[in-house]
Amino acid sequence: MSMTIHVDIVSAEGEIHSGQAEMVFAPAVMGELGIAPRHTPLVTTLKPGDVRVDEGDGEIKHYFISGGMLEVQPHVVTVLADTAVRAEDLDEAAALEAKKRAEEAMKDKSAEFEYAKAAAELADAAARLRSIEKLRKVANKRG
Amino acid sequence: MAVGKEIRTQIASVQSTQKITSAMEMVAASKMRKAQDRMGATRPYADKMRNVIAHLSQSHPEYKHPYTQDREVKRVGYIVVSSDRGLCGGLNSNLFRRLAKDIKAQADSGVEVSFCTIGQKAAGFFGRFGGDMLAQATHLGDAVHINDLIGTIKVMLDAFDEGKLDRLYVAYNSFVNTMTQEPTVEQLVPIAGEEDDELKHHWDYIYEPDAKDVLNGLLTRYVESLVYQSVVENAACEQSARMVAMKSATDNAGELIDELQLVYNKARQAAITQEISEIVGGAAAV
Repeated sequence: MSMTIHVDIVSAEGEIHSGQAEMVFAPAVMGELGIAPRHTPLVTTLKPGDVRVDEGDGEIKHYFISGGMLEVQPHVVTVLADTAVRAEDLDEAAALEAKKRAEEAMKDKSAEFEYAKAAAELADAAARLRSIEKLRKVANKRG
Repeated sequence: MAVGKEIRTQIASVQSTQKITSAMEMVAASKMRKAQDRMGATRPYADKMRNVIAHLSQSHPEYKHPYTQDREVKRVGYIVVSSDRGLCGGLNSNLFRRLAKDIKAQADSGVEVSFCTIGQKAAGFFGRFGGDMLAQATHLGDAVHINDLIGTIKVMLDAFDEGKLDRLYVAYNSFVNTMTQEPTVEQLVPIAGEEDDELKHHWDYIYEPDAKDVLNGLLTRYVESLVYQSVVENAACEQSARMVAMKSATDNAGELIDELQLVYNKARQAAITQEISEIVGGAAAV
C-alpha cells in the first residue's frame, strides 16, 4: 500500500473535506505547494485558488478556496479556508465602518460606563422577571 | 345583553395576543433547529484551528507574536455579543448583569474598560449607560457570516496591537441546552495555549513567507473564529430563549382567558338571576 496523509479542509461555516490522500496541492502565497506524506511541519498563508487532493488511482478532487491558512504536520494536512475574500485594505474598510457605527451610536454619550445606573436598571428588570415568575406560580396553583 | 361587554372585548384582545405569541413560539422553534445546525457546522473549523494553535504553542518559534504574550493590564476590551431583537426572556439582561459585575471588578482594581458590541441590544445598553465603545456590528440576521464580523474584530485587535488594550474578552450566552443559557465571559487574547504531550520535543515549523505574517494571519483567524462561534452560539440561545419565553406567554394568555371567561359567566348568571327575581318580585306585587 502506498503512503497516505490525512487531509482536512474546513471553513468557518462547515466541513468541506476529510480523508486520506497520496498528495495535496495548495496555492500558497509563495507559489503552489505539493505536499506528500511525511512532509516537514509547515504553516503558510494560502491565496485564492484551487486545492487539489490526489486520493490515488487517478482520483483527484478539486476545491476552490478564497484564501486561508495551511498547516502541515508529518501525517496531517489542515486547510483552514476563508469564507470571505480577505485583503488588508478590505479589512481596513470594514474596520472603519464598524468604528463609524460605534461613534454614531455614542454621540453625546459619556465615555465612562455608568455602573450604578446600569445596575439599577438591571435589578429592576430582574425583579420584574421574578415577579412575573411568581405570578405565574400563583396562577398555576389556583388553576 | 349589555353585561360583560368589556370582559368580552378583553378576552378577544388576549386571544389575539395569544395567537401572536404562539406563532412566534413556532417560528422560534424552527429557527432554533437551524441555528443549532449552524452551531454544529462551525465546530470542525474551531476544532482544527484549536489543534493548529496547540501545535503552534508547542513549537519553538524564534518570533514571539504579541497575541501569545501576557503583559501588564491597564485597559481591557470586551466584545459583547447580544441579540438584535428582544422578546427572548432574560437572555440579554442576564448577560449584561454578568458583564456589569465584571466591569465593576475591573474598575475596582483600577483597570479601565472599552467595549465593542455585536447586536442591537448591546448597542442600546451601552448607548444608555455610556462606556467607551470602539466598534459596533448590528443587524446580522439569522445566518451570520464571518465577513460581517471581521471589521469589528479588527478594530479590537488593532487596539491591542497599538497597546491601547492589554487583554480582550468576549461575552456571550453559551448554549447548554434548550432551557439553559449560560452567560459567559472568555479571554480571547493573549491566547492561553493548550498542552499536547505528543509534540514535546524541540521543533519548529517552516514559515512561508515569514513567521510574523503567517502567525499574524493565523492568530487573527483564530480570534475571529472564536468570536464567530460565540455569535453563532448566542444566536441559538436567542431562539431557544425566545421559544421558551413565548411558550410561557402563550400559557399565561390561556390562563388569563380562562379566568376572564369565569368572571364573564358569573356576571352573566348574576344578571339573569337578578332579572328573574325582579320578574318574580313584580308578579308577587300584582
